[in-house]
Amino acid sequence: MLEIINDYWVYFLIGQYPNGPLGGLVLTLLLASCGLVLALPLGIVLGLARVSPWRWLRWPVTGFVFVVRGLPLLMVIFWAYFFLPSVTGVKTDQFTTMLIALVIFDAAYLAEIVRAGIQGLPRGQMETARALGLGYGRAMRLVVLPQALRSMLPSLVNQFVSTIKETSLGYIIGLAEVSFIATQINTQVFTKPAQIYLILGGTYFILCFGLSRFAYWLERRLARRGMSVADPATAPKVSA
Amino acid sequence: MPLFDYSLLLTGQYHDMLVAGLLLSLQLLAASLVLALPIALVVALLRLSPLAPLRWLGFAYVESIRNIPLLAHMLFWYFGAPELLPEGIKQWLYEGHIEAYSAIIALALYTAAFMAEDIRSGIRAIPAVQFEAGRALGFGFMGTMRRVVLPQALRVTVPPLISQTLSLWKNTSIATVIGVAELMYQAGQVESATFRSFESFAFASAAYLTVSLAITGLATWYHHRFPVRTI
Repeated sequence: MLEIINDYWVYFLIGQYPNGPLGGLVLTLLLASCGLVLALPLGIVLGLARVSPWRWLRWPVTGFVFVVRGLPLLMVIFWAYFFLPSVTGVKTDQFTTMLIALVIFDAAYLAEIVRAGIQGLPRGQMETARALGLGYGRAMRLVVLPQALRSMLPSLVNQFVSTIKETSLGYIIGLAEVSFIATQINTQVFTKPAQIYLILGGTYFILCFGLSRFAYWLERRLARRGMSVADPATAPKVSA
Repeated sequence: MPLFDYSLLLTGQYHDMLVAGLLLSLQLLAASLVLALPIALVVALLRLSPLAPLRWLGFAYVESIRNIPLLAHMLFWYFGAPELLPEGIKQWLYEGHIEAYSAIIALALYTAAFMAEDIRSGIRAIPAVQFEAGRALGFGFMGTMRRVVLPQALRVTVPPLISQTLSLWKNTSIATVIGVAELMYQAGQVESATFRSFESFAFASAAYLTVSLAITGLATWYHHRFPVRTI
């Protein structure tokens, strides 16, 4: 196992870069980061639409969220893979395809996290803000959303862990992320598949376990601070 | 060629391929679920055990499985694990449907880790005084469990288990990477044979969505039939 790591670690981490396209673990992380960063604003907009008082906004978005959450990510990737080129007329590369699929998929899940964060706040927050003379938009932006986003923080870190795991599906459209690279190494070494995939699993584990522990720590820290500021009886629960 | 050719989906060879894929996906779901539930129960009990080493074992199982993508699990169980077996068993495995067995093992072990956490938090949600009160009223251990603790625990546990079943249903699609001829794989096959990507993926999407909505509907029904009672 050490021999494999010794021979292939550069390839595993960055693919053929700088002599070819970027790949491996760095590409996985790049894709997950870009995916989450782009999905977050979209998720917040969709989440706000899910709790909006206007039916014509709430219903279509609810339908969209239900459809995306009812489909496997692989299906979303396939739709993006076959339809982006035919709709835009431009042949999109695997990275772009995967990024768009991830943004659509994650935004639907983030929308539900945002919705839970907003609905987890006591109703009095919105009512007070409105009573102080703020309009719906300003009350949402200045009073409700900052509190909701703060309680969402641990969920966001967990969503990043999910996104890292989701990038592995780029494998199926030939994106050179870390799982794909591991398979490439497997075809070169040929005789040690168990070791290679254990290294792959271990790599994901170190990354995701570290992050999910961080989310856990963050959750406890936020819960403690929330208790000291507000009355424990009305303090917002940190959403699971 | 018409823009959307229904006939392709309603009858003939391609219809049969897609339906066979759907049936295999449902079989993967059923087999993995049947395997995952007992494993999940054992792991949940390990995590609640009074003995620290057993608790650690449960924790290690849950965390090591949940923090690795299902795709990596599938690749390991298909390409890696059989190589570690003795030659005779390996031969026997490769003659059968090894890809389907690998997929079921990966799906069951993966789902069990998530379900174990749901079962654990369901059991923990019942205050210990409920058990003590049951005993104080004169019920035996089994009577208290059956009449007092489990009915309450199940109300809390079943909804998250249903939503894990929904995830499992969507995850069966990943079996396509190791060549299991399930719905996603068949949709890809029909697409490459006919170049009718819209039709074949529309069929697969509609099928995934229908089963997903049915599972969501089951959760809603359960929630109405057995609402969680708060004290």
